[in-house]
Amino acid sequence: MTATTMITVPPRPTNPLDRLRWALTDGWVVGRTNLFHWRRNPGLITQCLMYPVMTVVFGFVFGSAMVVAGGGSYREFLMPGLFGQTMMFGIITTMMVTSSATAKGMTDRFRTMPMAQTGVALGRCVADLVTSVFELIILVVCALLVGWRFHHGLGPALGALGLLLLFRFALVWAGIFFGLILPVEAVGAGYVPLLPLTMLANTFVSPTQMPPWLGAIAEWNPVSATVAACRELFGNPGVVGDSWAAQHAMLLAFAWPAVIMLVFVPLSIRRYRNLER
Amino acid sequence: MTENVIDRWSPAPDPAAGEAVTAARDGAAIVMAGLSKRYGDVTALDGVDLVVPPGAVCGLLGPNGAGKTTAVRILSTLTRPDSGTALVGGIDVTRDPDEVRRRIGVTGQRTTVDDILTGRENLETWGRLYHIGVRTARRRADELLEQFGLADAATRMVRQYSGGMRRRLDLAVGFLLRPQVLFLDEPTTALDPHSRNEVWQVVASMAAQGTTVLLTTQYLEEADRLASQIAVLDHGRMIAQGTPDELKSRIGGHRIDVVLGGDGAVARTARGLARVVGAEPEVDAAASRISVPVRDQVTTLHDVMRWLHDNEVEVEDVAVRRPTLDDVFLSVTGHGADVGRAAA
Repeated sequence: MTATTMITVPPRPTNPLDRLRWALTDGWVVGRTNLFHWRRNPGLITQCLMYPVMTVVFGFVFGSAMVVAGGGSYREFLMPGLFGQTMMFGIITTMMVTSSATAKGMTDRFRTMPMAQTGVALGRCVADLVTSVFELIILVVCALLVGWRFHHGLGPALGALGLLLLFRFALVWAGIFFGLILPVEAVGAGYVPLLPLTMLANTFVSPTQMPPWLGAIAEWNPVSATVAACRELFGNPGVVGDSWAAQHAMLLAFAWPAVIMLVFVPLSIRRYRNLER
Repeated sequence: MTENVIDRWSPAPDPAAGEAVTAARDGAAIVMAGLSKRYGDVTALDGVDLVVPPGAVCGLLGPNGAGKTTAVRILSTLTRPDSGTALVGGIDVTRDPDEVRRRIGVTGQRTTVDDILTGRENLETWGRLYHIGVRTARRRADELLEQFGLADAATRMVRQYSGGMRRRLDLAVGFLLRPQVLFLDEPTTALDPHSRNEVWQVVASMAAQGTTVLLTTQYLEEADRLASQIAVLDHGRMIAQGTPDELKSRIGGHRIDVVLGGDGAVARTARGLARVVGAEPEVDAAASRISVPVRDQVTTLHDVMRWLHDNEVEVEDVAVRRPTLDDVFLSVTGHGADVGRAAA
């Protein structure tokens, strides 16, 4: 019963390098606990992968009936789109975990501690990116099983996966912001606006096969940039279109995540600091 | 009305803002001076003053929506006040929240422990977030598990814990630092009587280690049991403060509730009982209930029963009970605790 351990909490560091280390430590500790969830509750990962894996099967079954703009196999065309869509759906996980942690008072407890302001958000990034790596590995294996191939070697293929993770990383920050402002029930309905957003892109159909006005929107969709860049790097068909957006997919695959982060990193940190429910 | 109550009842006048700051320099653990906070149209706190000396356990008593949680949120750096000063350990919560965060522990109304983690993992994780080092966090986790009676459950996932165990683990997280000041927001809400008792023991043991505790509660019994100082909040205003004994002598200790069988005789019975006990009873005519304050339980109960018998009053129920928050409000403000307003 006698407490013997002397506890001294160090003051939060002031120089930038120590601050960064402090934030990264917090991020790792928070992220680590999230990873326990996957390990101890494997059902979660099944839930997460149900939809993309089903779609891989769907692509396998219907693939032969679909025509790809510019020619080529639909299965080869579809898979990068599916990878992109899965990254985009990941934002639901981010929002869900953030929103329910806030509803449970967990976020408030973090806020009463001498943690780095970015610590919790970085934790989310660690957890969600590790999850996404696993999702991508499983999807790639499934895709290879149904006949998808990458044609430019391992380096560019890994580069494509890197672009997908960059996109996901940017979306983590958007997810944190919306998770902090939306109640859990609203987040649960997140698929309703998100599903059309992922379809109104080059994921399933090439924008050149859409009505011009719709095609233009689809080409400028951030997920389209990442998917088109991936197709290029994988050597998959469907890299067509002569609009500026279609021509500069690789550039946009970096620019869009940068823009998303430029907007949502400050927004989510400010929201975290001034959280009031 | 409210001002009168404070004059009549508080042993010392509430400190003005200037005096409060001086008190903090003299080492008070918590100071609230003229603290106000509005949420839209709702005034959550309206110029609240309170000084808690180091090592004290202060019970912040009031119904839902009285402003208790808002006070705790401001003191624990979660919310900024609109005006007024809040000091914790002598440090201004709005000017230097990080310094305050190094000195406090907070346990809110909801348990914030992670279901999928074991009890030990939860404590270790929160400990590491205080940057006290992995080894220290581990040692402290074991100590707390022992102290809070969770050593046997240390390696079980929290989702297998009972409600009382989770609450104790949550309190242990709040007590990780053995903090200078600990805030407990309704620590026993939604617990069964057995678990409530365990929490009370734990809170008492934390206070015994020198931590200043500010706890909010809707239960007079809880404040009486744990607190050395009680402050009563109503509509965001401090309507009374003092020691539990002062509060109890003000409201007259236990009550005898008499519920009449027939109707019509309530007023007459109330007048009769007033003469018997020598104090004014509270009457709830709609429920035919008369509530009399009691000094000496047994003698008074005997006198009341004899009077009821002698006067052939038809009685449905007689019960001796502890005073409640409602009784405090009735005696201090003249109206019952007005429960269920929006601000919390």
